[in-house]
Amino acid sequence: MPRRELRFLRRGRVISLSGFAPTTTVLDWLRLDERSTGTKEGCAEGDCGACTIVVARLRDGQLVHEPINACIALLASLDGAELITVEDLADGDTLHPVQEAMVKHHGAQCGFCTPGIVMSLFALHHAHEGEIDRARVETALAGNLCRCTGYKPIIAAALEGCARPADDVFARSASTRMAALAELDDGRSLFVGDEDRFFAAPATVDGLAELVLRYPDAQLVAGATDVGLWMTKGLRRFDRMISVQRVTELTHLETDDEEIRIGAAVSLAAAASVLGDLDDDLATMLARFGSQQIRAAGTVGGNIGNGSPIGDLAPCLIALGAILELRRGDRIRTLPLEDFFLAYRKQDREPGEFITRIIVPRPGPQDLIRVTKISKRRDEDISAMLMALRLTVDEGRIATARLAFGGMAGIPCRAPAAEDVLKGHVLADAALWRRAAAALAEDLQPLSDLRASADYRMQVAQNAVIKALAEMAGIPSHITRIVPRREVHHV
Amino acid sequence: MSDTLRHVSRALPHDSARKHVAGTAAYVDDLPEPHGTLHLAIGLSPAARGRLIDLGIDAVRAAPGVVAVLTADDIPGRNDIAPSLNDEPLLATDRVLYFGQPIFLVVATTRDAARLAARLARPVVEKETPSVTIEDALARGETVLPDYAFGRGNVAPALADAPLRAQGQFRIGGQEHFYLEGQVALAIPGEDGEMLVHSSTQHPTEVQHVVARILGVPQALVTCETRRMGGAFGGKESQATQWAALAALAAHATRRACKLRLDRDDDMQITGKRHDMRADWDIGFDSDGLIHAIDLQLNARCGCSADLSQGVVDRAMFHADNAYFLPVVDIRSKRLKTDSVSNTAFRGFGGPQGMLAMERMIDAVAWSLGKDPLDVRKANLYRPGHDETPYGMRVTDADTIHAIIATLEETAHYRERRAEIAAFNAQSPVLKKGLALTPVKFGISFTLKALNQAGALVNVYADGSVRLNHGGTEMGQGLYQKIAQLVADEFGIGIERVRITATTTAKVPNTSPTAASAGTDLNGMAAIVACREIKARLAAYAATLWECDADDIVFAEDALSAGNRRMSFKDAAASAIRERISLSSTGFYATPDLTWERDKGRGRPFYYFAYGAACSEVIVDMLTGENRVTRVDILHDVGRSLNPAIDMGQIEGGFVQGMGWLTTEELVYDSDGRLRTHAPSTYKIPVASDVPEHFQVMLHPGANREATVHRSKAVGEPPLMLAISVFAALCDALHSLAPGKLVPLDAPATPEAILRAARQIAPGDLF
Ligand SMILES: Cc1cc2nc3c(=O)[nH]c(=O)nc-3n(C[C@H](O)[C@H](O)[C@H](O)COP(=O)(O)OP(=O)(O)OC[C@H]3O[C@@H](n4cnc5c(N)ncnc54)[C@H](O)[C@@H]3O)c2cc1C
Ligand code: FES
Ligand code: FES
Repeated sequence: MPRRELRFLRRGRVISLSGFAPTTTVLDWLRLDERSTGTKEGCAEGDCGACTIVVARLRDGQLVHEPINACIALLASLDGAELITVEDLADGDTLHPVQEAMVKHHGAQCGFCTPGIVMSLFALHHAHEGEIDRARVETALAGNLCRCTGYKPIIAAALEGCARPADDVFARSASTRMAALAELDDGRSLFVGDEDRFFAAPATVDGLAELVLRYPDAQLVAGATDVGLWMTKGLRRFDRMISVQRVTELTHLETDDEEIRIGAAVSLAAAASVLGDLDDDLATMLARFGSQQIRAAGTVGGNIGNGSPIGDLAPCLIALGAILELRRGDRIRTLPLEDFFLAYRKQDREPGEFITRIIVPRPGPQDLIRVTKISKRRDEDISAMLMALRLTVDEGRIATARLAFGGMAGIPCRAPAAEDVLKGHVLADAALWRRAAAALAEDLQPLSDLRASADYRMQVAQNAVIKALAEMAGIPSHITRIVPRREVHHV
Repeated sequence: MSDTLRHVSRALPHDSARKHVAGTAAYVDDLPEPHGTLHLAIGLSPAARGRLIDLGIDAVRAAPGVVAVLTADDIPGRNDIAPSLNDEPLLATDRVLYFGQPIFLVVATTRDAARLAARLARPVVEKETPSVTIEDALARGETVLPDYAFGRGNVAPALADAPLRAQGQFRIGGQEHFYLEGQVALAIPGEDGEMLVHSSTQHPTEVQHVVARILGVPQALVTCETRRMGGAFGGKESQATQWAALAALAAHATRRACKLRLDRDDDMQITGKRHDMRADWDIGFDSDGLIHAIDLQLNARCGCSADLSQGVVDRAMFHADNAYFLPVVDIRSKRLKTDSVSNTAFRGFGGPQGMLAMERMIDAVAWSLGKDPLDVRKANLYRPGHDETPYGMRVTDADTIHAIIATLEETAHYRERRAEIAAFNAQSPVLKKGLALTPVKFGISFTLKALNQAGALVNVYADGSVRLNHGGTEMGQGLYQKIAQLVADEFGIGIERVRITATTTAKVPNTSPTAASAGTDLNGMAAIVACREIKARLAAYAATLWECDADDIVFAEDALSAGNRRMSFKDAAASAIRERISLSSTGFYATPDLTWERDKGRGRPFYYFAYGAACSEVIVDMLTGENRVTRVDILHDVGRSLNPAIDMGQIEGGFVQGMGWLTTEELVYDSDGRLRTHAPSTYKIPVASDVPEHFQVMLHPGANREATVHRSKAVGEPPLMLAISVFAALCDALHSLAPGKLVPLDAPATPEAILRAARQIAPGDLF
């Protein structure tokens, strides 16, 4: 029997809720129901960070503190977790170390971004990473916009407030909190509501398969970093929602010498740690994927399931030769990821079917990888163009080439003509690079939109290919890019 | 009287700093809602231009939770929210003026009910082709205000006679304010038609006036209160009124409290922005790089109504000289009408656009002569004998900008880095560095003379605590804190005794907007005047008591004293009240010496100038247009700083905001006149990683030569224009691709714009 009410930890107490609309966001619950107004709404679409809260969870027995955009997070996603907001940080009249540092460095002017910034820094404070440098702080703040300060004092506050291992009321009460969270973790499925209007979060993949088959019209949701916007901006009101996030099997991340198997509900942050190890460009791309808040909530399955032509993972995974695994009822099938995308916003997915995992073959010693993401702003921006290239090179000659793009067509896609140009040829031939780039004109027909013109997209796609090939051929990356590529450290 | 300063000039934190970080600082949407508060949503026009045939709101009225749907017909007073001319309705009537213009108002029991209902409307508009671009408006010849020009001498012959000449057309993009707190108002009806409006506004008086006008009631019945804004930047100067007036209209109609908070996407679509402009320029100069003559036409995209465009475009013209002497000059302007939301105030108020146009011309001179742009800048600075602006005001303290540039050139190692960059660029095929050092001279005062006034009300209570009210509003700039510091030091008391209060029209009436960087200059002075009045009364009382001269009474260390006589401030207050002495006073201040005559194009529109300079370095990837700002050094003049921490914050924040304007912030409209970049997902303001690690800001020492509060200078707007150095540095990097060519880069310099410019001047393969 599934549990019929949502349960989460708040200020040391368990909150149980059942009468909420499935689409209720954490932010609305905080501001409108609990009337805690410290958490702000700046955009209601996950981009400004004013609404940042911290969700504490037990992950593999560890207590983790994840910054989340409350504006697009589903209230029901808090199940089994602890909700921490800006009002909770100070200990009576004593401010939290990150709050104290913000005051000391004059990190707030109008103060509207500040609660969110404080929460991002609180998460960083609890990340237990030892040394903290400016680059780490910039990554932690990529999802927090401040229009007043120019960030300098905030960065200074972060470097000071997050320098030492966490020492605050939350750290001191960690064992109590862990015990309380363990208590909440009953491993049961969640089903709040009735047949007509419900939020369901099955605990097993079999349970999920059955539910999705029974309610093929229900909105499937994972981290809601896409679905949340349909609610807040599109004002969509889903009566039935099925979450994949509590399905144990879908949160598995397995690696061996041959391949990496990523469960659909694995967060982008968790996936980044594994994919990033394959190649430095992948690591860089994933560090620029949304923000820390988005990567904590968003999932691999959601990024692919959303089917967007500008999703960043798909072209990378296609270049790596990833296989997608889908399930409908008892039937499980696999297909090369590129075949999943049929046409603009249309995928090879039947009603009642869902993604279970993505299987990525581990690149070998002869494989070279390059990824380029082009966006108006470097951090927290959607790609205007993303190129991912994997070559297998044998004694200077290109044996296989997988070249994939995002933002260049209605779907993430490969560039077969350019791949053909490359195959069998000597890599270190500058004329070859240009021929491959020129062949993209056959492969791709980009559009003009608010992010970039078709002309620019084609130009940077071609230049990205030339650069990637030049680098693979040995031209050092400090010649070809502003931020040089770190040395490749995959095996 | 008080010569010991305990607070003024100290880097004290913002008055709300602890509340900001604890989440306890309340903004309008955080205020406890009166029981039964209703929520509002706006119906938006589906077209930019045309006749409004039918609102199509039957389904809206029938939607669940809807209490009322209000239209222009429900307005009891005048349907007019315009700050200057009567050219902008609260709700559209027979014609629509821009895409997304409010055409009706839904009043419902919850925010969601209101928003869902609003989307059920099926309005019918007989569409006409809208004017979207500057060129559209030029072709139609439609303007919101008459053309305006000023200058000196006869430009055509001077240009013709100049040894060298350059011309061009330069596009300067607009800018969305992106205050983190969107537009919001809560209106609470009172008895006899009274209305209290909590509004996130820089101009409570304007909100009060417009609400009274809309409701058709005397202004005395309307109170507007503003404790703090989550950012404003000019976007809540004239354009907070519409939302406040809509909330008041609904509160009036329903007799219940009503709240309107715009969704971010709506806010971005339907509120005005920085004016985008096209500068058509023509410059005559000589081989030394000295300017002989300039002809400049500024074509400003004003949107559907005048709003503040007179002042904004005037200020662009006033700043088209930046810091340079222009012997013969003609500055002309067109205020173009487009079928878009009315563009409005934005930090710098047109100044940045004028200044950027000038700096483009300086760069063009330098490029064509093969000179370092800094040398051309320095050669043309105002200097003795060459000190009259194109509008006839003398620049008497140009030595300040000379000193700032000279110092910064040294401390930023400009010349050494120039050489290093040339060497780097020579061996780097793809990556090119650029460097630029640019000055800022910014005129302080409202150019509409009447606005240069302020009031304050100071109350001292029997326990010696002080309640401070003034007409200035707090939007993050630290105005409340600065004025509290001034007041504390006037009375010689600890700042914890000074209670800062929300700005309200009920206490200090007939105020000007908190704008034009003049908030502290004006309201600080008014507060001091009020304090001095109370001090004079206390001093007179103590003088009688101690049988000394009132002038000998000193207010310091929480006490009044004269020689060895001493009485705590608290006791003085208590006993003065017993002696029937009033400890409440208003204060009033009007800026002296302003003589601007617009019809003649001559006079002194500014009380003084604030100066600064910035040196920025960039690196550009010429295969993608991606770029980074790698180093920034700033030297800025705030006179004698009232609070160095707050002033530094304004400089850093202003610079980064200006950098965003000139780089990643791009407003993209489609041919229907609809803004496509109406959310932070598509409109990209700077994030933390866009700011360089080396970002050094120094305050230029020195006092304001005019008699401002403690000889300080205004700091709100000028620093934004320091970011022109980033744009100039990007141009410098591009210029290294094809020395001698004019870099065809328009603003904003997005990666795409940069790559386009690079390919235009250097079309071949880079490697
Ligand atoms: C501020 C912001 C920044 C962003 N930046 C980026 C970026 O840089 N790059 C990028 O690519 N994306 C970006 N995104 C988009 C988004 O974060 C990603 O697409 C994310 O991976 C979606 O995952 P999710 O778990 O949140 O999906 P959800 O929103 O929960 O779901 C998205 C879609 O996938 C479907 N879905 C989810 N799980 C499954 C499953 N197991 N099987 C089948 N279908 C499923 C859902 O039904 C829904 O249709 C950004 C979004 C925001 C708000
Ligand atoms: S409100 Fe902007 S990210 Fe949530
Ligand atoms: S302090 Fe105003 S947005 Fe950050």
